[in-house]
Amino acid sequence: MSTPAEATIDEICVVACAEAFRGDGEILCNPIGTVPFVGGRLARATFEPDLVYTDTVSVLPANNFPVGVPDAPKVVESWVPYRTVFDIVWSGKRHVMMGASQIDQWGNQNIAAIGDFRQPKAQLLGLRGAPGNLVNHTTSYWMPNHSTRSFVASVDVVSGPGYDRMRELGAPSNRYHEVRRVVSNLGVFDFQTDDNRMRIASIHPGVTVDQVVEATAFELAEIDDVAETRLPTDEELHLIREVLDPTGARKAEFR
Amino acid sequence: MVDKRMTEDEVISELKDGMTIGIGGWGSRRKPMSLVRAILRSDLKDLTVVAYGGPDIGLLCAAGKLRRAVYGFVSLDTIPLEPHFRQARQSGAIEFTELDEGAFYLGLLAAAHRVPFYPTRAGLGSDMLIMNPELRTVTSPYDDGEELVAIPAFKLDAALIHMNRADAAGNGQFLGPDLYFDDLFAMAADKTYLSTEKIVPTENLLDEGPVHTLRIQRIFTDGVVEAPHGAHFTECPPDYGRDEAFQREYAATARDPEAWEAFRSTYLDASSHEDYLKALEARS
Repeated sequence: MSTPAEATIDEICVVACAEAFRGDGEILCNPIGTVPFVGGRLARATFEPDLVYTDTVSVLPANNFPVGVPDAPKVVESWVPYRTVFDIVWSGKRHVMMGASQIDQWGNQNIAAIGDFRQPKAQLLGLRGAPGNLVNHTTSYWMPNHSTRSFVASVDVVSGPGYDRMRELGAPSNRYHEVRRVVSNLGVFDFQTDDNRMRIASIHPGVTVDQVVEATAFELAEIDDVAETRLPTDEELHLIREVLDPTGARKAEFR
Repeated sequence: MVDKRMTEDEVISELKDGMTIGIGGWGSRRKPMSLVRAILRSDLKDLTVVAYGGPDIGLLCAAGKLRRAVYGFVSLDTIPLEPHFRQARQSGAIEFTELDEGAFYLGLLAAAHRVPFYPTRAGLGSDMLIMNPELRTVTSPYDDGEELVAIPAFKLDAALIHMNRADAAGNGQFLGPDLYFDDLFAMAADKTYLSTEKIVPTENLLDEGPVHTLRIQRIFTDGVVEAPHGAHFTECPPDYGRDEAFQREYAATARDPEAWEAFRSTYLDASSHEDYLKALEARS
């Protein structure tokens, strides 16, 4: 049996992603990316049993089927074709965890383009669903490459608006906006500060605050007395390794 | 019932330079590729394409057919970024309208319902309104007075969609897990051309799927093209999955002009869908 001391960084990040969904109850848990995907399923398999989640194609599986195993049997509890996802977005019963090529201190996210959007240096994914997600329901982010190139002073394009943009917009447009947490390969970050600036919620075991500060191009709030990200429990490690991600697909996101 | 059967080239002969054309499917899924290839080998130019984009937009970019792309994303699914589309954006070769994916749905819906716009919260606070200065907001006429983004109707001159089955009159059936937005494309367009894996007699439409798979009504279609394997290399379940090896070969041509020319002469210059299928068969 595994012991918590043997948990590796990918497993710590899976648990940190799972924790983003704590308290969500009966909503659509919609992680994007392998580590968030395993995390969402872990949350549901443990402390948030009422979550529903997609197979990323068109159904909601009720069982804890693994990632990286294409023919794993699914117990289908409902049908969610692509169009229905938007209906759910607008209903608010959803918490998405997206990636971010860039994020700033207010939680503005860019997945659209690097450089001037008119003729970008690098065209990325585009706006995708980020603008609608942020103004309709809770959003979190997964960023496996924490550096000054990704945690930036100012994002090139605002795909998902952060707290400064929402403050400017004001009520009632901002009433469904929440950036719950950002999980990186170095730590966990949130916006639970007086002015909703990003702070360090915890740093992963083996990471120092200096390392995080150095890899971040803006000033992080509350960098004293920083907590350590919790380790996976024995049960969580078992679920991650044997049930939810037996092929270790999650490890590919760490480069 | 009227017989709307026609060939790919007959469809293309009804299209004109500068038209706005909607293309159904989603990413690299159930795209009307035999019709897209027919555009590629035609003289058509300056097109505006409206799509949940995949290799349709990529190929049209690579062949210089596009003036503007209207999209929420352009992706090959297993290859997240469409390489030819990226190149076109980064070289400034095309104009673009990039929208939130859900807002995009509302643009189709508004055109289908013949209203000027549908309101949504999506876009407030993000750069969507900066990237698209022509977008306007509306204020709710009710007591709440909320300001919302008015997504304008995507009026389409023509739409191209691909169905698993259809009859000769243009009733279309999807047998896979998702219709995507193909019914809205059909309703939003002045003319809709439907390609299908197989044309079946109307009385056989329920042989392979239940009644709720009959989602394209003939009142919204103007032409039916029988094109077995017509969505290749995108997926068309349950008839076939994506040809990932072919898609990788296609994607690699974006980095290498010689590879693109070879790909083009082998597959895209094929004078018909039948010849394309023969070229596929000859593939080692």
